[in-house]
Amino acid sequence: MYRILEKKVLSETVKQITIEAPLVAKKAKPGQFIILRIDERGERIPLTIADFDREKGAITVIFMEVGKTTKQLGMMKEGDNLQNFAGPLGVASEIEKFGTVVCIGGGVGIAPLFPIVRALKEAGNNVISILGARNKDLLMLEKEIDKVSDKLFIATDDGSKGQKGFVSDVLQKLIDEGQKIDVVWAIGPVIMMKVVADLTRKYTIKTIVSLNPIMVDGTGMCGGCRVTVGGETKFACVDGPEFDGHLVDFENLLLRNRRFIDEEKHACKLAGVA
Amino acid sequence: MAVKKEKHKMPEQDPKKRIHNFNEVPLGYDVETAIAEAKRCLQCKNRPCVAGCPVGIDIPEFIKEIAKGDFEQASVILRAKTNLPAVCGRVCPYEEQCEGKCTLLKLGEPVGIGRLERFVADYIFKKGEITIERPQASGKKVAVVGAGPAGLTCAGDLAKMGHSVVVFEAFHAPGGVLMYGIPEFRLPKEIVKKEVEYIKKLGVEIRYDVVVGKTVYVEELMKEYDAIFIGTGAGLPSFLNIDGENLAGVYSANEFLTRVNMMKAYRFPEYDTPVRIGKNVATFGAGNVAMDCARTALRLGAEKSYIIYRRSEKEMPARNEEIEHAHEEGVIFKLLTNPLRFIGDEKGNVKQVECIEMDLGEPDSSGRRRPIPVEGTEFTIDIDTALIAIGQSPNPLIPESTKGLDVERKGNIRTDDEGRTNIPGVYAGGDIATGAATVILAMGAGKKAAKAIDEYLSTKK
Repeated sequence: MYRILEKKVLSETVKQITIEAPLVAKKAKPGQFIILRIDERGERIPLTIADFDREKGAITVIFMEVGKTTKQLGMMKEGDNLQNFAGPLGVASEIEKFGTVVCIGGGVGIAPLFPIVRALKEAGNNVISILGARNKDLLMLEKEIDKVSDKLFIATDDGSKGQKGFVSDVLQKLIDEGQKIDVVWAIGPVIMMKVVADLTRKYTIKTIVSLNPIMVDGTGMCGGCRVTVGGETKFACVDGPEFDGHLVDFENLLLRNRRFIDEEKHACKLAGVA
Repeated sequence: MAVKKEKHKMPEQDPKKRIHNFNEVPLGYDVETAIAEAKRCLQCKNRPCVAGCPVGIDIPEFIKEIAKGDFEQASVILRAKTNLPAVCGRVCPYEEQCEGKCTLLKLGEPVGIGRLERFVADYIFKKGEITIERPQASGKKVAVVGAGPAGLTCAGDLAKMGHSVVVFEAFHAPGGVLMYGIPEFRLPKEIVKKEVEYIKKLGVEIRYDVVVGKTVYVEELMKEYDAIFIGTGAGLPSFLNIDGENLAGVYSANEFLTRVNMMKAYRFPEYDTPVRIGKNVATFGAGNVAMDCARTALRLGAEKSYIIYRRSEKEMPARNEEIEHAHEEGVIFKLLTNPLRFIGDEKGNVKQVECIEMDLGEPDSSGRRRPIPVEGTEFTIDIDTALIAIGQSPNPLIPESTKGLDVERKGNIRTDDEGRTNIPGVYAGGDIATGAATVILAMGAGKKAAKAIDEYLSTKK
């Protein structure tokens, strides 16, 4: 059993929990994920690591309540236990001194971006962060990311904070202003990552994205998380979750992520969490 | 008295009924039938059956005890060589192993060795307690990676030799392929749990949620343990590498079976993991796993469940029993048929598979006649789900994360016949070493490695 040490409500549908998992915390690196299961009848879901504390032996994840499991997880309290918690899984982000790195986070994608921004800064990069959300209430980790970035830009769809518009608009502006960019990291909704990758492709700026396909085991056994990258089939759990954004088939990822949408709705309805 | 030429029939669930449930298909011998079947054994002096058993069970001896009605003693003899008799008695390919060597084959059918093994294991489980004598502790610690057939066998044997054993399992449950792969109707999960309970009673500890190669590394285990056995099994599923394979509705056999068996998707939404199959399901491949997929699809409500295989019935690698059961249940066999591409609808779901008819040519490197496409015979089949059951390559996590570990070109860990890798004290066996094979071969490898580890530990200071 894995105890929930801390819980924060970041918005109506976005929650942050810190879980006691010393073995996972000891090894966790930016870019990796965990698989958890709430109880004996639960499904296994992957969540990207938002933070880790090796001394406390704790892992923090941030999630949006979208299906039955995340809704149920959102209702859990400090002191409650998760049945299973395995990780860290996937390949860690390749952190090195690139020069200037633009880190783009959208929605809950900001959460896994945070440890990457921090590591890139520690590696001596000039880090420009761009955070986006639908509105200011859905924006998260602004202060934390500001602290480890050289510059921070905010974009909201409704203009309630920062620039009105999308993260890609801010990126376009930076490029137009002649900002030298060596690498872009983009984590967020599939459509956001696609738009960013399409933009940077034009300027041949290396772009890394973190994919979130449906998984079962998370250890390379089931092949459910396969994604098409550069025309080849890759398994996000062991080959990723980070890939070259210019090679990812985002359309295919979107389709595959909708595989069980009807079943999910049905389960939510039955559980009274629709 | 003349020996009965045929095996005593195994009572089975009616095919019409069983395609609507996940209960076990063969129901097992009763006491009278078991004794009668045991009496068919000629008790040959040269014991050809034993030579056919990868774990070397004293077959005539345990059968003799059944014939006498001493099932406890039969169990003691069985368990001296196998830690998983209830599993072996259900899923072993007996026809190629023990039963394939039986002297009675000259007269008719062999002794139903598998059925008798299952009978004894089930009889003892029903009776309750299995007495276990714990040997004197050796003071040595062994780490076993993976709680599948190879790992559990190795762990059980090492515990019987007095070593302290910890099994590290990535999943939340033990059994490996016994739990996620083989369906409930062929191997009830309660049986697997009971077998695991027995291994735990031998003193083996199992730690779940530990992904060796990620959560801990082999190098770290080497510092804490005197020896290590790696039994992480077959990992990455193979695909056909044809167009449309990443459409929604195309599953690897591993994903489909894991959802249904381990995660119990057949009981969704009572259990949270879903699976969706629609009306028409096509399984590609013709091994045991393919039969499991096709038969599972029927039980999930498929109206048509196809096996699509590029060779003919004769080349199908599945056990005869699985093929017969699939026929009885109405699985449609499209043999000498090869898929060319999957065709999707506007939402990205698979809706058709285009196939071509095949002809058999000269034998290839596997000794089987090579299938050759017959030009102009392309046709399509309407499907809602495709299940790819054509095998898998070894799990990459340990080979990739263990410095200096000798790995073969395909990613298997290289070992000698006793399971030794190139790193002293590190052993491997089962699918991770040999590539995808059977439960019993994995058990045999676990057993050999346990013996080699015991020898290593006794010479190590």
